[in-house]
Amino acid sequence: MTTARPALPDGIVAIVKRDCPTCVLVEPVLQGLAGDGFVVWSQDDPSFPSGVGAGDDSDLSVSYHWDIETVPTLLRIEDGEETDRIVGWQRDDWERFLRVDGLGPDLPDWRPGCGSLSVDPSRADELRARFSASGLRSRRIDFAALEDEFEAMYDRGWSDGLPVIPPTEARVARMLEGTDRSPDDVVTVVPPDLVECTVEKVAVNAVMAGCLPEYLPVVLTALEAACTTEFNMHGLLATTFFSGPIIVVNGPVRQRIGMNDGVNALGQGNRANATIGRALQLVIRNVGGGKPGGVDRATMGSPGKLGWCFPEQEEGSPLSPLSVSRGVDPGVDAVTLFAGHGPQSIIDQKSRTAESLARTFAACLRSVAHPKLCIKIDAMLVISPEHGRVLADDGWDRSRLEGRLAELLTLDSDELIAHADGIAEGLPEGFAGMELPKFRDGGLLICHAGGGAGLFSAIIGGWVNGEEGSDPVTREIS
Amino acid sequence: MTTNGNSVLDPTSEREVAERALLDRPATLDGKVVGLLDITKPRGDIFLDRVEAGLRDRGAADVLRFAKPTYTKPAPVDLRHEIATKCDLIIEALAD
Repeated sequence: MTTARPALPDGIVAIVKRDCPTCVLVEPVLQGLAGDGFVVWSQDDPSFPSGVGAGDDSDLSVSYHWDIETVPTLLRIEDGEETDRIVGWQRDDWERFLRVDGLGPDLPDWRPGCGSLSVDPSRADELRARFSASGLRSRRIDFAALEDEFEAMYDRGWSDGLPVIPPTEARVARMLEGTDRSPDDVVTVVPPDLVECTVEKVAVNAVMAGCLPEYLPVVLTALEAACTTEFNMHGLLATTFFSGPIIVVNGPVRQRIGMNDGVNALGQGNRANATIGRALQLVIRNVGGGKPGGVDRATMGSPGKLGWCFPEQEEGSPLSPLSVSRGVDPGVDAVTLFAGHGPQSIIDQKSRTAESLARTFAACLRSVAHPKLCIKIDAMLVISPEHGRVLADDGWDRSRLEGRLAELLTLDSDELIAHADGIAEGLPEGFAGMELPKFRDGGLLICHAGGGAGLFSAIIGGWVNGEEGSDPVTREIS
Repeated sequence: MTTNGNSVLDPTSEREVAERALLDRPATLDGKVVGLLDITKPRGDIFLDRVEAGLRDRGAADVLRFAKPTYTKPAPVDLRHEIATKCDLIIEALAD
């Protein structure tokens, strides 16, 4: 996707700049060598070195495409390809490289080179956009000089209500550095309009959401997971219910991109947590065409629909990671997509045994959606470190907790029948006289996150599951 | 292509035109500022002079005149923005 690399003639090619003291130092040497088989390109001043007729690389196209990081650099070109290079000034190296003796006898033996202008941080984005972004296919939209670009993006309906970062070519090109995938690679088909969505379109929306390039692989995988048949992003968008896509991240990527699994892990304040979930929702909105009042028919919605992503706190957890419980190898980066909303708080500051705490969890979990409804709605239980310690002190692990909660959440269906307890909501009469689980097999997802202080945990209520709703989806991050 | 600080990549599926949707036609000209855009074909200005007089007679609060640099190209984005900012209505005058 880069522009064509400028051809260089066979022989030796020197890349220099006047602003480099070492280049100035070796000017007499370059003047002595210049001629057939030895050409010079100058990054900042084609009259330097004087008298050699240096090529003008002030647009840095030679330096960029030939990966020049230091000046001076000498390239050996054979049949149009580089076969060797040296950088800086070291007399022995130059004499060996050029197969001549007696170079620069008055010069010091050695001087390091300077940074090439083509890798100058202040120029890198512009150069990447100029030389690498020409393959970007998205329509360019111009704003007027006096037009406020943020207002213009609101006017075009590209925002979830909060400001978005203008997706300039330079920013999108930089975002795409976060993945090895080609910009025109189709990631998935995005509902509700069922649009084939390229890596480039994801990158555009990730820029707008405020993501850094290193978040992009997480966003791409989350989008793939969200757009599976099992997860049913279309239905989740269209439902009148509260839920939206929630992303739980496992694996070393959490630390690598600086996610927050500690204090306020489910809240605001961390860039990766806040923007990854938002990027997913902006793709649904902008690429998929899914907007509130359009296909999104939520009665009330929930604030998490701006985007909700958090990492599990795997360190110090009494539980195996959520991703591992769902079939991913330990230590492998993964996302789990859950259709949910909330959170609902669980307070238990008195339990000092795992059994007592499990009973609290069960009592609170029973209220998910409605105390008289069961099986059809999933839930996620986010256990805080202090509650986790209560479990750990009694030696409870994931399977022990899950097993006990399944026992405690086995309900007498007579209590669940419509009109039981004076409440019309409930199951049909035919379900009387049996035991029913609150949650279907695998319908309670448990993970561990939060700050070190607080004997609280959280319930993230789910949406209807199975064929008519959404099943959680876990994907390894590629 | 070089970067342009005022240009962004379209984040949408590009199934719709990039420009914003037209507003509904107003029921009346009363109190409205009307822009007249001359595409700079010969004698378009004469035609627009007559249109301007007619609009003022019909209650337009003001009539502002604009002209494209050339009829062969779309109006520059800055001109479009100026018109959108200053006017409630715009009439583009073709001529020949």
